[in-house]
Amino acid sequence: MGTDMEGVLQEISVDRRKDLKRIGLIINPIAGMGGPVGLHGTDNMLGEALARGASPVAEDRAREALACLLPFREELEVLVPGGAMGGRLAAEMGFRTVRISGEDEAESAASAKAAGPAEGESSASAVRSAAEQETDAAAGTARLYATGRADTVRAAAGLLALLPDERPCLVLFAGGDGTAKDIFSGLGTAIPCIGIPAGVKIHSPVYARSPKAAGRIAAGRLSGEISGTREAEVLDIDEEEYRNERISTRLYGYLMVPDDSRRIQNRKEPAPLSDRDAAAAIAADVADNMERGCRYLIGAGTTTRAVMEELGLPCTLIGVDLVQDGRLIASDIYGAEIETAAKSGPARLVVTVTGGQGFLFGRGNQQITPGVLRAVGRKNIIIIITPAKLAELGGRPLLTDTGDHELDKELAGYYRVITGYGQRTICKVETA
Amino acid sequence: MKGFDSHPYIPDSVPEIQEEMLREIGVASLDDLHKNVPELLTLKEALDIPAAFPSEMALRREADRILSRNADCGKYINFLGAGCWQHYVPAICDEVNCKGEFLTAYGGEPYNDEGRFQALFEYESMVAELVGMDVVNVPTMDWAQAAATSISMAQRITGRSEILIPEYVDPQKVDIISNYTEAALNIRRVKCGPDGMTDLSDLAAKTGADTIGVYFENPGYLGVIEEHGQEIAGMMHDSGALSIVGVDPISLGVLEAPAEYGADIVCGDLQPLGIHMYYGGGQSGFMATRDEERFVMEFPSRLFGIAPTSEPGEYGFGDVAYDRTSFGHLRDKAKEYVGTQTALWGITAGVYLATMGPAGMEEVGNIIMANAQYAASRLATVPGVKVDPFGSVFFKEFVVDFSDTGKTVAEINKALLSRGIFGGKDISGEFPALGQAALYCVTEIHTREDIDELVLALKKIVA
Amino acid sequence: MKRIDRSETVRTGFHQAKWDEPIIYELSTSGERGILVGEPEQVIAGEMAGAKAVPGCMRRKSRVNLPEMSQSRVLRHYSRLAQQTLGADVNIEIGQGTCTVKYSPKVNDRIADSIRDMHPLQPAESAQGILRIFSETEQYLAAISGMDRFTFQPGGGSQGIFTMASVIRAYFKDKGEDRDEIITTIYSHPSDAAAPAVAGFNIIYLQPDPVTGLPDIEQLKAACSERTAAYIVANPEDTGVYNGHVKEFVDYVHSIGGLCAYDQANANGLLGVTRARDAGFDVCFFNLHKTFGAPHGCGGPACGATGVQSELVKYLPAPLVGYDGKKYYLDYETPSSPLGVRKIREWYGVSEVVLKTWCWIRSLGPEGLYQVAKTSVVNNNYLFKKLMELPEVTCYYQDGNNQRVEQARYSLENLEKETGIGTGDIQRRMMDFGMHYWTSHHPYYLPEPMTLEPTETPSKKDIDEYIETLKYVFREARENPEIIRTAPHRSVTHQVDESSMDDPEKWALTWKVYCRKYQ
Repeated sequence: MGTDMEGVLQEISVDRRKDLKRIGLIINPIAGMGGPVGLHGTDNMLGEALARGASPVAEDRAREALACLLPFREELEVLVPGGAMGGRLAAEMGFRTVRISGEDEAESAASAKAAGPAEGESSASAVRSAAEQETDAAAGTARLYATGRADTVRAAAGLLALLPDERPCLVLFAGGDGTAKDIFSGLGTAIPCIGIPAGVKIHSPVYARSPKAAGRIAAGRLSGEISGTREAEVLDIDEEEYRNERISTRLYGYLMVPDDSRRIQNRKEPAPLSDRDAAAAIAADVADNMERGCRYLIGAGTTTRAVMEELGLPCTLIGVDLVQDGRLIASDIYGAEIETAAKSGPARLVVTVTGGQGFLFGRGNQQITPGVLRAVGRKNIIIIITPAKLAELGGRPLLTDTGDHELDKELAGYYRVITGYGQRTICKVETA
Repeated sequence: MKGFDSHPYIPDSVPEIQEEMLREIGVASLDDLHKNVPELLTLKEALDIPAAFPSEMALRREADRILSRNADCGKYINFLGAGCWQHYVPAICDEVNCKGEFLTAYGGEPYNDEGRFQALFEYESMVAELVGMDVVNVPTMDWAQAAATSISMAQRITGRSEILIPEYVDPQKVDIISNYTEAALNIRRVKCGPDGMTDLSDLAAKTGADTIGVYFENPGYLGVIEEHGQEIAGMMHDSGALSIVGVDPISLGVLEAPAEYGADIVCGDLQPLGIHMYYGGGQSGFMATRDEERFVMEFPSRLFGIAPTSEPGEYGFGDVAYDRTSFGHLRDKAKEYVGTQTALWGITAGVYLATMGPAGMEEVGNIIMANAQYAASRLATVPGVKVDPFGSVFFKEFVVDFSDTGKTVAEINKALLSRGIFGGKDISGEFPALGQAALYCVTEIHTREDIDELVLALKKIVA
Repeated sequence: MKRIDRSETVRTGFHQAKWDEPIIYELSTSGERGILVGEPEQVIAGEMAGAKAVPGCMRRKSRVNLPEMSQSRVLRHYSRLAQQTLGADVNIEIGQGTCTVKYSPKVNDRIADSIRDMHPLQPAESAQGILRIFSETEQYLAAISGMDRFTFQPGGGSQGIFTMASVIRAYFKDKGEDRDEIITTIYSHPSDAAAPAVAGFNIIYLQPDPVTGLPDIEQLKAACSERTAAYIVANPEDTGVYNGHVKEFVDYVHSIGGLCAYDQANANGLLGVTRARDAGFDVCFFNLHKTFGAPHGCGGPACGATGVQSELVKYLPAPLVGYDGKKYYLDYETPSSPLGVRKIREWYGVSEVVLKTWCWIRSLGPEGLYQVAKTSVVNNNYLFKKLMELPEVTCYYQDGNNQRVEQARYSLENLEKETGIGTGDIQRRMMDFGMHYWTSHHPYYLPEPMTLEPTETPSKKDIDEYIETLKYVFREARENPEIIRTAPHRSVTHQVDESSMDDPEKWALTWKVYCRKYQ
């Protein structure tokens, strides 16, 4: 990625005028086009969609969001990749733009052909090959929107490569879970961003509820009304599991998103703890009740990370760490290692929900296999969830989808979930 | 069961209107309304309480008749204090706290309840000047609760486990503190010296690594002005503990602001500041600290701050550090809750301080002290009566020892009552070592005649 | 000749009083006085040192920095601030859900004036009137709840819950049982968890079933153990949904040796309809400043009268008020347990609130209390029915249950999805019509919550006006959302910039700090 970035840097000339606000915009132009035939997510998705008369949607979704920023047009600079990835739209809507990567509209189709498929890429190369088999019109459209996931990563990385005071205050990106993954690869958690939902599959809570909502959040960011940020999960379907006919979302990481939980103050009592403080309170409870000689498997997620922070240990945010007597025994363990850890002596498993739908197992923590769960045993599962995350479920049960139906059945029932220091909430666990 | 039709407090008790609404709801009668309350739990007979008065006038007449069996400190000459004190209440205080908008407001926002927010911000500002601090809370229940919360705050700040409290503190206050903090800390009592002040050597001996701090009062429960505030604070600070000072705010026109002698947290009762006694219903506690994050973040109460609005030149208000609720959620033992307390008395105290102004507060302090000194000197002329056994300077209260009269305080007070006088509080049970002692309170409301009448009565009683 | 057109039910012409009043310190003029205090009488002044007797180290060095103002200016200032406050006396109180803001009869305030000059320590024989009021009010509350005795010491609802928790703690201490867990529900008031935590209890929450909105008994069983001290619950909870299975819950908790405490903050719709003790509860409390018509006072003085069944009387904080057939007295004997609750509040409670409660109950009688309950439920269900006809408003927990007790929690998620205008925006805009509006406690279990409680005070016309105003604002959400987003416009102040409120460098809690930090 290092060499990529050097190239990026040369392309950019950011207007250094201090009074301009900056916002990033990255559109995955093909996102959402596979809707009607998205059931299999095959290579032919885009071609088929085009053949059935589907048209690109991501740009329109982004337009809806950007419309909320029109009042800021005069004081705003949009940092954007060229062409269908945002440059064209931003310019068309009259925003002052600065290109961060990619080519302009005329070049994009040709260059798409010239570029070889990047390693590990699926959609981009797939789009191209599929498109070529289609009618001329469809092929033309396909070519026009042909971008690779590498382009998204590169655009995001380009923003990251800017000097801190040149960076945008927010990156808007349009796409689906795959796009979020790419933004995460390029951007990490350095710059806040918010997703404009445009893709077919949207499991990651980095996306706003609607394009308009994304636009409003961006406007709030620009006006200074929304100043806080929080980490939100980047999830994507685990394709390997998926081929085995099991839906399983994997946790890839976290993006920083604006915290727009409006401070509607309840003037009669104090506000509840912020999610971060709540996680710290939970972590203190877990840490204070740890037993000597017992192995603790901890992860994954931000709530379980708080436990590692409380213990002063490094943490694998999206993986499982092994702790005993306050010491870190192993980081990010999986496979045989985690099974061994679970089986050799008394073990406890500290988990939280992942994947937004209240999944305890089977979404985002595949390291915790049925073998691990059986070895640890139901009564040694310590579930920790912040009150705000629990409230989002509105009282619905926590779900398991371990792939082992017998085990799911055994795990079902009521649990005392740790939701604060000295505070428990009774939660029902059910098979998904 | 039958409901009261067309009751003046219940507009929709007009039968025709109620029927119309029931039709709209889609139920046949009132009985169908509580369909989720099971039959088993439904009350079958009328409540066993008296029938309603036939008129507002009848209510007033009966209430007045019952309450006429009370005597009060208007009719009687009163020397009771001990935490609830008779001071003059300027008429303007009643005028303001009886205004319906204040009296009936509750949980509105800083936009539509701006007046409430501003009035309480101003009260915070004026009490802060009085005690020499930067931050004051929207008032809590009473002084005892304010002391309990101050101690809980100090527990969380220091992370320690033991609070030191001198011997001469109101026992009911200690009971409240101990019930409130039972799960969080220990209370250790410190001796008071023959001068009525905190015994510094005993305090030093009991101060250790577990010490949260000391809670002492100035003037003390028995009226004595504590002269060693600075030494006590120094002793606490040297061992990493805090100095918590309880004050009578009406004394602070003439007494030093506690912050000036090293107090870290100040608390007290607002009742002397323009609030009637209401048979104990006028109490209202406050706490105050410096503007330091480690203190501010431990207030369990609401704190109103000033801020700009979207309109240039407009004052707005809001809750400072609204998310300041980490207290009690982590490992802290001293947890706290908030809820409805005594906001109206905070507004009233603000009206009082603004009305009195700097001159008024100084003058009233001087009058109180002069009257109390006069009363003490005259009481000392009563045979067998020993006044101010501590021999220290007092503010408005002082101990009177009747041991040598051969009569108990109870007997004396009974005799005084028959002469239309409420004698001082009998503290012979609370502090047996002080003998047949009573705590007398004299304020600006007492005239020389009142005091002379007391002295004359006592002379007759002990004779 | 044509009359002036007053057909519009929505107060589009409303504007709250706005005086642009400075901070009181800015009104100060050196030398002005608000009141004459006088001097010590001549004889006294001649003989006594007065404040000069204060030892040097404790003498105040400079006068207190207070404003210097004439009395008329002080009064004008506070009169204006009062006008800038939306008390229940001046608006249609429907929007402060869970707070039971009802009419506080003026005659009760005037009657309470007559105990202003009573000292709590004056001998009982000189306080027979007020002690009788305490005693009779206690009897009325006992009749309403089925409990045996009440204490009036708690100075508010949360302190009432703390008192319940303290009684529970004393009970198990006396029995020698080490029980340290309190079970409550998510939709009970947050203080039902926070106050017992002060008493040293750990808290276990039951969650609402997403269909019924109530916890189910299996959840309760999963929460109960030999560590369970008590179940503390509101019923109806803040959603207005009544748990008809409450007795089964109570019986189960009793079967494992726990106590049951009833948060009766939501009792307004149940007076004379059902009683705490009949459902088996051991302890309960009432908010006298809410349910029983005493005014809220900007947030107190108040009273959270706490009642117990006979077995627990000995743990109540002393004194109670007794009557020996001839005279009333302060009873320090009946609360006999040495392990009982020592003291909650100074003296006996907020006497003026107790007196106002007596007046209120006696103005209504049994038929009036029943009418209060029934009418508050009629009003609420009428409002509920009308609001459910609006596409913007939805309600959870309606499965086979379209009745609420005295309040209801709605959801504006449809409106938010369609327009982006959420419940917090509506709250600010309703102020532009002189009305309160409340969302919910945090965290939200329902999306975009709105909690309304009409009580028995508003008339059908008032309720219709509130509904019409909501409809008007919903229409604005579609046609002119900006006016809602930037609201309030006709309240006292505009949107407060709260960015300084969380920053220790910037926050200003008093005028002196404001002047120090901002030049």
